[in-house]
Amino acid sequence: MERLLKFIYEYRAFFTFLFLELTCAWLIIENNRFQSSTYFNSSNRMAASVLGFSQGVREYFSLRTINRDLAEENAILRTALEQRNQRIFADQIPELKDPLIRNRFEYIDAKVVSNSTQFYKNYITVDKGELDGIKPGMAAISPLGAVGKVKSVSDHFSVLISLLHTDQMVSCIVKQKDYFGTAQWDGADMRFTNLRYIPRHANPSVGDTVVTSGYNSIFPKGVLVGVIHSATLNEESPFWNIQVALAQDFSKLSFVELVKSNLKSERDSLERVTISEIR
Amino acid sequence: MIRSGVVHIVLFFVYVLVQVILLKNLVLFDFAFCFLYVAFILLLPFELSTTLTLLVGFLLGFTIDIFYSSLGIHAFATVLMSYLRNYWLSVITPQGGYDVGNSPTMAANGVQWFLVYAIPLVFIHHFVLFFLEASGFDMFWFTLLKIISSLLFTLTVIVFLQLLVPQRRKI
Repeated sequence: MERLLKFIYEYRAFFTFLFLELTCAWLIIENNRFQSSTYFNSSNRMAASVLGFSQGVREYFSLRTINRDLAEENAILRTALEQRNQRIFADQIPELKDPLIRNRFEYIDAKVVSNSTQFYKNYITVDKGELDGIKPGMAAISPLGAVGKVKSVSDHFSVLISLLHTDQMVSCIVKQKDYFGTAQWDGADMRFTNLRYIPRHANPSVGDTVVTSGYNSIFPKGVLVGVIHSATLNEESPFWNIQVALAQDFSKLSFVELVKSNLKSERDSLERVTISEIR
Repeated sequence: MIRSGVVHIVLFFVYVLVQVILLKNLVLFDFAFCFLYVAFILLLPFELSTTLTLLVGFLLGFTIDIFYSSLGIHAFATVLMSYLRNYWLSVITPQGGYDVGNSPTMAANGVQWFLVYAIPLVFIHHFVLFFLEASGFDMFWFTLLKIISSLLFTLTVIVFLQLLVPQRRKI
């Protein structure tokens, strides 16, 4: 026993090293699991306030662009609202009778506190948290397009997994053609994402709009993701290689809306029941 | 000794704040990063024991991780670098050894020695950091480009800072 203790003491540096590295490895693995609620990330209040200061300075220089984007969004929303009102009066749409369907999605606006685009796994921190009704798994969209999904929340802040995250997959459809696939970033260029699993017999063409499909009940249907930038078909591959130019410039992100899907749990439990019956 | 400790604690916060407020936003061409905070580990005093260096490295990496939302990655790389630092220091001891109570700075040991000291350590740090972040070797060449360009960027900033900031007296 004494010799063992002596041995450990003699190599204490190595054992400390081993212990710390194992701790780090555990932290990395734990953090890579989606939608955990950890305390030690930038949703931590102190970290978020420091990053918020930094973002505040940066934002000051892009106020003009932000204003323009918001004004444009206002105009689009006003038009959409008007059209919808007219449709309601003109022909009674049946789905609007059920208030639960009508209020299926709620939107909570939030300000970006910290954002990155240069890593393979990028995260966005925003200034709304659990107290504002945000839960892990909610979608985040911006005036221009889809942004990401909530990973973890604290009382006042939350961390989103950006679309620019190599493990983030979003179910999408090519709007004019109705083929569906999965958008997943390859980690290279922050302006483009890849649309995968579009079958050979589809005929996507450059310029087609890609929107979210709504199949996974996180994103509402029809949120803009981007526009097809290039589409190539290899000789042997079963799927197309499609590059999508992202609608949202992630380097200029300053406001997002978090989408609360009120019917998500109902839908998920129904789907789970169906899957378990098949088995 | 106590004064040196206090100075280093203050420096710790300075390095962290500069890293997360300034350098986190400063990325050249989208692939050259500056991780200046490694200089804090590089410039710790010679006589600091390996165990203590490791703990300091872990604490520093962990703090940076909180701000980068990348729990564990910076800590892993920094602990590895801190562990290798003392071995590397004993390998490249100049003739006559190191001055007691000093730090491995450029002013004390010369530019050439400092580069020999810093390049491998910073390279290992960046190598581990970027490949952990990419979680694999899928994008090997692009990641290597990031590593090399970040290595140059970080080293340049470290060297320039040492030239600009007047050498502190022995404390």
